[in-house]
Amino acid sequence: MAKRDRLSGNEAVAEALRQINPDVMPAFPITPSTEIPQYFSKFCANGQVDTEFIPVESEHSAMSAAIGAESAGARTVSATSSAGMAYMWEELYLASANRLPIALALVNRALSGPININCDHSDAMGARDAGWIQLFAETNQEAYDNMVQAYRIAEHKDVRLPIMICQDGFITSHAVQNITLMEDEEVRNFVGEYQPEQYLLNPNGTMAVGPYSVSNHYMEARRAQAEAMHNAKDVIKAVAEEFAAVTGRGVAWFEEYAMEDAELAIVLMGSAAGTAKDAVDNLRAAGKKVGLIKIRMFRPFPAEEIAEALKNVKAVALMDRTESFNDHNGPIGADVSTALFRAGKLCETINYVYGLGGRDVRVEDIEKVFADLEEAAANGTNDHYRYMGVRE
Amino acid sequence: MDLTKLSEQCSWRDLTEGMQIYEGGTSKQFKTGEWASIKPEFIADKCKQCLLCAPVCPDSAIPVKDSLRGEFDYDHCKGCGICVNACKFGAIVMEGVNK
Repeated sequence: MAKRDRLSGNEAVAEALRQINPDVMPAFPITPSTEIPQYFSKFCANGQVDTEFIPVESEHSAMSAAIGAESAGARTVSATSSAGMAYMWEELYLASANRLPIALALVNRALSGPININCDHSDAMGARDAGWIQLFAETNQEAYDNMVQAYRIAEHKDVRLPIMICQDGFITSHAVQNITLMEDEEVRNFVGEYQPEQYLLNPNGTMAVGPYSVSNHYMEARRAQAEAMHNAKDVIKAVAEEFAAVTGRGVAWFEEYAMEDAELAIVLMGSAAGTAKDAVDNLRAAGKKVGLIKIRMFRPFPAEEIAEALKNVKAVALMDRTESFNDHNGPIGADVSTALFRAGKLCETINYVYGLGGRDVRVEDIEKVFADLEEAAANGTNDHYRYMGVRE
Repeated sequence: MDLTKLSEQCSWRDLTEGMQIYEGGTSKQFKTGEWASIKPEFIADKCKQCLLCAPVCPDSAIPVKDSLRGEFDYDHCKGCGICVNACKFGAIVMEGVNK
């Protein structure tokens, strides 16, 4: 029996973790972290979970401890945000290269400077090449659902990669929304026990983790790791389908909203999808053929499927909640454009930078994007890299 | 563990997950002694078999059998010179290390 509640995104993820009952949580409990370790440490103190909580001295140490715990054979989780994420950088690559299925609850917030603590995707986008699976959420419900699915994906024998469960800072992390929770037993049955084949504390086996690899091996090691990311795509789909069978919720790779006959489309991810859906509804009511693609799975990237979903559009806006400072495009702009080009689909694309450092995303902003797309579809454009919602 | 899987000709498909090694003491199989440019020399006549040298060697390259040290294992000695300093009887010398 599902249970109705109202929780912030941080509470929702902490609640999912209470139900999962992981073995170890190393976390650095100070801003720019999140409330997730705070709520979770209360569950530890109250004896509601069996988790060993390690209050480390920094995020660098948090991820190092997570790597140690996961290597030892413990199901491990951490949580962070913004600059805390940046301070984990070196270890993120080790976690993925050592094939350790750690889960990281990431609350997406800006990187300073100027100093700012509010929502954008700069932190996650900087780590997009770190070899982690990245799932994004529009709502608190999706953040909860993704967390429940995390270990089934990460620990799958064909994957064995760390996973980042991303949600938008403040907009979902601190805002309280209605949510449907699974029963504890239901979550534990879905997630299952962690039974790694190889682990450091295995009394029946010897193991060394993280050896030096010279040039003769490093490239093959990277290629093998890339195969795991390739495999993750189908595993994420299978787990999403199983989750949907239990709860009736969720999509695997991306959500298509009003895309059937759409001529103009927006591609984005995160909480702005809710606002964009309102804009799509308004414009549909006015007879405009507009639609939305909301990316859930950003790493690995569902390139062919997104190109297929966009095959009939005349113009598409690719929305990046980060600035890549390359005078060319953002990550979603680059990935979707490449997908379209490879699929032989040449339509007008406009890459927007939006919502930086907590800048509000309004329905009328998105409606203006669709108006821009309509103009570009009719007359073309030379202005392919723009800002939305900036004062000129 | 089948170490031929880590040969320099193996495919990426043959590597272990995360390059993990499922066996102890595998460093013996890698002749890291070739890293050294200069090596210590054992002068057996001067050696009192006090065995102060063997435990300070970071690479276990001074074999001890029946309480007697033997010739250096040059397949694994990297020429750090620590043993030269540990020897009180001048039984280990190495170019560039003065006591």
